Amino acid sequence: MKQYLMKLFIAGDSSRSERAVKNLKQLCDKVMFDDYEIIIIDVLEQPNIAEEEKIIATPTLLKLNPYPQRRIIGDLSDSDKLLGILGVK
Amino acid sequence: MNHKLQIEKLPTGIAGFDKIANGGLPKGRTTLVAGTSGSAKTVFASQFLVEGILGKDNEGGVLVTFEESPADIRRNMMSLGWAIDEWERDGKWLFVDASPQADHNIDEVGDFDFSALLARIEYAVRKIDAKRISLDSLGAVFSHFANSSTVRRELFRVGTAVKQFGVTALMTAERTSEYGDIARYNVEEFVADNVIILRNVLDDTKRRRTMEILKFRGTSHQKGEFPFSVIPGEGIVVIALSALELEQRSSTVRITSGNVDMDEMCGGGLFRDSIVLVSGATGTGKTLMTTGFLAGGARNGERCLLFAFEESREQLMRNATGWGVDYEQMEKDGNFKIVCAYPETGSLEDHYISIKSEIDSFKPNRLAVDSLSALERVSTRNSFREFLIGLTSYIKHQEIAGLFTATAQSLTGGTSVTEEHISTLTDSIVLLRYVEMGGEIRRGLTVLKMRGSMHDKNIREYSIVDGKGMQIGQPFRHVAGILTGNLRYVAPDELDRMSGLFKD
Repeated sequence: MKQYLMKLFIAGDSSRSERAVKNLKQLCDKVMFDDYEIIIIDVLEQPNIAEEEKIIATPTLLKLNPYPQRRIIGDLSDSDKLLGILGVK
Repeated sequence: MNHKLQIEKLPTGIAGFDKIANGGLPKGRTTLVAGTSGSAKTVFASQFLVEGILGKDNEGGVLVTFEESPADIRRNMMSLGWAIDEWERDGKWLFVDASPQADHNIDEVGDFDFSALLARIEYAVRKIDAKRISLDSLGAVFSHFANSSTVRRELFRVGTAVKQFGVTALMTAERTSEYGDIARYNVEEFVADNVIILRNVLDDTKRRRTMEILKFRGTSHQKGEFPFSVIPGEGIVVIALSALELEQRSSTVRITSGNVDMDEMCGGGLFRDSIVLVSGATGTGKTLMTTGFLAGGARNGERCLLFAFEESREQLMRNATGWGVDYEQMEKDGNFKIVCAYPETGSLEDHYISIKSEIDSFKPNRLAVDSLSALERVSTRNSFREFLIGLTSYIKHQEIAGLFTATAQSLTGGTSVTEEHISTLTDSIVLLRYVEMGGEIRRGLTVLKMRGSMHDKNIREYSIVDGKGMQIGQPFRHVAGILTGNLRYVAPDELDRMSGLFKD
């Protein structure tokens, strides 16, 4: 099992969603190397999962592992802030 | 453009509301319901869906909640008699839970939108084929997010997108004052086609709920504030008084007042659908006339209903027995019912609604309210007038004969405050007056008004006789000024001369 487990909720192929995916992958490759897993969920295709997780905004990133779990919204453009929230050293 | 596109109305099923909305909410459009905290916005938003489910088309409804959790709403609405969980099981009700979650700490990193919320709402609407949707309350989203300009932009987008779903939508919004901006964040009113304001105003130490339709874009509605009440088991009931139409027919059928002489004075009895006001000081015999009116009806097989706000059941029974009327037996026979209540037990709106529901279930031919003055004590001037208009038109509509009593302030002469309000609404007015003559107190009565009929213009003496009730005697002669309380004697020859003046 990878050290980092994250779920990223996006809405179709909007530019905001694409930016969030790109920003997150770039950052993870840089600081987590290969030790991470991202599950990408498109709320337009799977609104039921958005309902279960009570997602309001897109993009929303859920950090499930390691604890504590965090909920981050936005296109993740500020990588320093994101690193701080994710607790990556 | 010379053709007219009519905007169809969706009857909401909320009692009275469809009347002031001239048929209901504009179908397929978005209506904003704005009010201060505690103004029954969530009840309105829920009831809109409830009535859709209970209506003949059994329409599904989606409630998007931004403030209270679904569990709280289920529990709160249960007290109004709505079993939301059952409708959820039947696939008629669906929550979209956008309420704040205690374990969600949300950090904002960069730009976001509400596509997920919109996708969830659309998913819910499609899932149960909803025709009605409520969003309660939109502005609460602002507290979840730091970036308020984004929230503003996105709420606008959500509001606009909901219109494409082919549903009739209702959004609630919080107001900060009763008479000020429509909604706190301003964004709500821009996405809505229609605006309804709920108020919860402190009026002369009494709380008074009112509803006002501020605008219906492109279609008509009644204007002004209408009182409403939130009733357990029913929800919001709007008292749409001024919206009532003056369309009642006028009956020419006469019924007895319960007193033969009084019938004669009224030109052969009261009209079947008329409203009689009996006004007099304390002890002049108002309750006695009420008793006679009800007993007279019951004798003819009519169903009679009495609302007593001054005396207890036992007192009423004892009084009636003293006048030779057996209330107890009348009740046993099933054509008579007494409803006693202290005026202070509720607001006038509450009384109005309970009186109406008693009328609906008992279906009386006659109704008496003893006394209106007691009810007036617990109301403000405006709501009392609205109450009277509502009650009189409601019973006239159903061709029920009504007798109301009003207590005059001064012992001799004078009018009652109640009387001023109601006199134009009644068909007949009977005045009961003390007359001080030659050092003793006697009683006089007159029929002041009898709409649509000749009547006796004399002031006649009457007495109250044990076991028999009211005995009407001869007209007072040679005295004038009984009604004003300033009695003076008129010499017989002057009286003859006066009468002579008006002869042909």
